[in-house]
Amino acid sequence: MRNITAAAQAAIDHAAIDRSAPGEDIAVEVRGISKIYGDVEALRGIDLDFPRGRLTTLLGPSGCGKTTLLKIIAGLNEPSAGEIRVNGRPVTGPGPERAFVFQDFALMPWATVMRNVAFGLELRGMGKDERQAIARKYIAEVGLAGFEDKYPHELSGGMRQRVGLARAFAVNADVLLLDEPFSAVDEQNRRKFQEDLLRLVALENKTFIFVTHSIEEAVYVSDRIVILSRRPGRVAQIIEPEIDRTASPDAIRRDQSYLDTVEAIWQGLKRYVD
Amino acid sequence: MTICGYRVPMMASLLFWCVVWEIVGQSGAMFLVPPLSSVVMAGIDLVQTGSWQAAAVTTLRSFALGMVLAIVAGTTLGVLMGRVKAIDNLLGIWVNIFVSAPLSALVPVLMILFGMGETTVVVTVFLFAVWIIVLDTRAGIQHVPASLVEMARSYGASRPALYGKIILLAALPEILAGIRLGLVRGVKGVVIGQLLVSIIGYGELFELYSRNFDMNNFWALTLILFAFAMLVSALIERLEKRVEFYAGVR
Repeated sequence: MRNITAAAQAAIDHAAIDRSAPGEDIAVEVRGISKIYGDVEALRGIDLDFPRGRLTTLLGPSGCGKTTLLKIIAGLNEPSAGEIRVNGRPVTGPGPERAFVFQDFALMPWATVMRNVAFGLELRGMGKDERQAIARKYIAEVGLAGFEDKYPHELSGGMRQRVGLARAFAVNADVLLLDEPFSAVDEQNRRKFQEDLLRLVALENKTFIFVTHSIEEAVYVSDRIVILSRRPGRVAQIIEPEIDRTASPDAIRRDQSYLDTVEAIWQGLKRYVD
Repeated sequence: MTICGYRVPMMASLLFWCVVWEIVGQSGAMFLVPPLSSVVMAGIDLVQTGSWQAAAVTTLRSFALGMVLAIVAGTTLGVLMGRVKAIDNLLGIWVNIFVSAPLSALVPVLMILFGMGETTVVVTVFLFAVWIIVLDTRAGIQHVPASLVEMARSYGASRPALYGKIILLAALPEILAGIRLGLVRGVKGVVIGQLLVSIIGYGELFELYSRNFDMNNFWALTLILFAFAMLVSALIERLEKRVEFYAGVR
């Protein structure tokens, strides 16, 4: 585990300094993001870099604004102040280089798995054969081959979220934004899903930004964990769990550095819990 | 349904009352109730007459025109009210007043405004049907899951795509329920409108038969109307069931 909070803190204090390590490729830059809803301050002065090809998790107590931050990055919410840059270009709204995976799956109940997965491509005006071929590939990749013609209500929660994931992969975005994707999935399916996610992260070589409230989940899947403080959300700590991912999933869950990291994060978060 | 352990088929209640009607009619106890069999015979003759066919065409035309206007205006207004808070605040109270108002009382005023003709009947159908369509559409639009709208936006949906591919489809069960209720009210509207105008279509025939105490034809006309209203409602209900199959689980 590497705690890089001090570096991050220094960066916040000296906004002019280039935060990224030399040579590191940054996919998403968050600069001075604040969000105020009425008289509630949800986020205050968030500065973050999300390195390309890595999975970064936003972790924090409920109500810390982690989903708000994710939706600002997605261009679904407007920040009150600050700027998001994706691949160096400022974000003004949703864009094709970002794809979102929703907590409640957000599948169209009247459409088949195939049409749901191909929906992003359909909106881009791609022809039916072409988009179905792409969708079929990703349906197989998330392990749903054979379910193309099923409707969402015929699938379990875990399978529905696989559809949501396949839809996000199908548009071939550089950055995938996952908003608590496993929170509505039962525990056994969640574990299997986390393992699959790691496989897909390795396979797809995309930048993942992942929101969760589960410490174990964050440590298990993340290259980097950003811990947000309670409202108003600020960056409290940045941790890089240094876990050997080549080991088997069960070995990782018993690994001492995995357990130590979970414990360290819990000690840090404890004070935010009533 | 079971009575004393015996399974009774669904249509039994209908058959039972048909038999009761026939017996009462045959007994001649009530002048106003001729036997069902002679009503049915009269109905068969009636639909072959030129005056009935002309009346049916006029009535259907007024009904269809009024309903098309009501569905278009009702869903449009309902979508606007469901999506735009200001419009909802502005119009909500009026829609709620009109949906429960005794609109029959307004028909004489409509006659003054639109004359003693088909226009008045079309407007009556429209006014009877439109409000419930507005309210149900509005409710449907408001219950569209926010995440579905966000999903469409995040995948780059244009405004027409957002409405055409997500919002209207997600609200379809409620919109159809509104249209079904609107159709039933529209049937009432067309009859009440024509009765009050009383010189066109079904209303004219009703007037004619009831004034001459031609009860066979009067009841035949009524039964045809009931059957039509139930048929229209059942058709929409079938459509609703098919839609709910997909949209119910959300």
